[in-house]
Amino acid sequence: MRGFFGSLNGPQTLGNGRSFWTCFAAALVVALVYPGFSDPYSVGNVAYLLIFTLMALGLSLMWGYTGMFSFGQTAFFGVAGYSYGVLAINLDASGAMTLFCLLGAIAVAALFAALLGYFLIWGRVSGVFFGIVTFATTLALAAFFGQTAGPEWAIGTARFNGFNGMIGMPPLMLPWVGEEDIVLEGNALYYFVLALVLAIYLGLRALVNSRFGNVLVSIREDPLRAELLGYDVRKYQLASFVIGSSLAALSGVLYTAWGQFIPPASMGLPAAAMPIIWVAFSGRQDLTATLAGTFLLLLAFQTITVYSQQYALILMGFVLLVTVLLVPAGFIIGIGRLLAGFAGRDRAGTRQDVPA
Amino acid sequence: MFAEIFSILYQFADVFAFLILAAAGLAIIFGMMGIINMAHGEFITCGIYVTVICVQQGMPLPLAQAIGALSAGLVGIALERTIIRHLYHRPLDSILATWGISLMVTQGMLLLLGSSWRGIGTPLGSFQVGDYTFSTYRLVLFGAAIGVLAGLYLVFMRTGYGIMARATMQNAEMAQALGVRTQHMYAASFGMGAALAGLCGALYAPTMTLIPTMGITFIIESFVTVVVGGANVLLGTAPAGILLAVVRTALNAWYGQIAGQIGLLIAVIVVIRLLPEGVSGWLSRRER
Repeated sequence: MRGFFGSLNGPQTLGNGRSFWTCFAAALVVALVYPGFSDPYSVGNVAYLLIFTLMALGLSLMWGYTGMFSFGQTAFFGVAGYSYGVLAINLDASGAMTLFCLLGAIAVAALFAALLGYFLIWGRVSGVFFGIVTFATTLALAAFFGQTAGPEWAIGTARFNGFNGMIGMPPLMLPWVGEEDIVLEGNALYYFVLALVLAIYLGLRALVNSRFGNVLVSIREDPLRAELLGYDVRKYQLASFVIGSSLAALSGVLYTAWGQFIPPASMGLPAAAMPIIWVAFSGRQDLTATLAGTFLLLLAFQTITVYSQQYALILMGFVLLVTVLLVPAGFIIGIGRLLAGFAGRDRAGTRQDVPA
Repeated sequence: MFAEIFSILYQFADVFAFLILAAAGLAIIFGMMGIINMAHGEFITCGIYVTVICVQQGMPLPLAQAIGALSAGLVGIALERTIIRHLYHRPLDSILATWGISLMVTQGMLLLLGSSWRGIGTPLGSFQVGDYTFSTYRLVLFGAAIGVLAGLYLVFMRTGYGIMARATMQNAEMAQALGVRTQHMYAASFGMGAALAGLCGALYAPTMTLIPTMGITFIIESFVTVVVGGANVLLGTAPAGILLAVVRTALNAWYGQIAGQIGLLIAVIVVIRLLPEGVSGWLSRRER
């Protein structure tokens, strides 16, 4: 048990002390009992918001920890969403089969990420160009799926439906011993997504504090030096890119199964800008800050969207601009470092703030 | 036979003009400051709207287009003075800042101007070669693209500004030590890039329906042309335009528009794997 907790703490994450984990446990308890004190609509809504934090965590790993500026999270989100639709509709999936479709869709997106990553990373594309090419990829995919309206655009019985998006895929279902399959909606979906977020958050913490994670950070700080120390930088970058993109894919599948719907707009603008804004605002160089900040920003965005989507998006653009000009490292991470400074015992914040 | 060949050349010229005009402004800003201007599409949109408004006020089209390009340039200079100049030592953050601006402008325009406006119609009519009819205005666009390339060559190779600009590009600190006001160079270049984006919008304004998000129509093409062209505008943009236009025209002809766009992207990814510094990086290395 001690070894497990030890692996979660390290120099690459903020919040390693007792006070942090106490707060973390309290937050977890609140999240667990939340459905008991709320209405079904709000629970479903929080589950919906949590779905997107996964792709933000993936972006934090790629951009904040490895220094790869990917603008293409939504590309993998969309590809996985459509893949889930194609698989689940054609297999007429139910029960455990839907979970295999989830894994299959993530595998498709991961393969796509590996292919794109190979060309970019082995071509030594870095910095600005990495962002531009991944951005162009997601826009091109959005344009492609947007024109698939005709009946000839289908795989098997799954029609793409052009601009309106693919519909009619089954929700995820969890097989249960001796009982009927649990359809993942309402409270069941909430707990499923919460468990995934928890597992992935803790898994990523262990990953970035491991030897592998330290190499990723060294690549962010100075790729040439990391290479001269004998690491094949490209393999680490590709691994980080595939993991981060697969998390976007997981978000995409969960989103598709949640609404039984995936539109091309999920890959176009302004959707493609959103993960960047969440992560930049929160503080890309820390997983906890990314998780908390993304959730808060999503909640705020949704609250304002009810009144006017345009105003909400203008506010998002403004948040991005202000973050870059005033607090380039991110708002939430700044608060986290302040708290860590007060706590004193936490050994966090020893890293250098190099804008990556 | 002649008509078919002309038709292919015409389509190539059309795609080439689109790539060059869409990319020129972005390429200048990137070449000079190393900044990718994500609000590029919004400068194009600015050129389009100003042109259309001027024409609706009764101005002749060429004058309206000049005003469209000029106003985009002025907005660009204002933006550079207020925000961009703080970000020169942080190129990645400048992407984020310009992206934030782009988002605010697009959505603000949706609020202010509504979702779509009526266009002003393509001027100059059409002509016939063999069995095919062609729009004369598209040839004007091709001429304008050549004109922009020639103009850039003259400005950068034959004027005092051009010499100072190239010096700043090569080594900003050394240029400054020799008395070049690099801050002014940057402001002027950003304004010129924005004005060229506005010009692109102004030229294409008569050919499209107006929606506030129309900047996106140009953005993929301009980005990929700059990525393939590399950092040097003079050396890279034209060959990149030719290369991508050949790929796109062929794919358009055989498989349709969308294959052209996807093919463009695949071409970029392959080129970047082979020539990481773009065409201009490859060419300048061969010269050495």
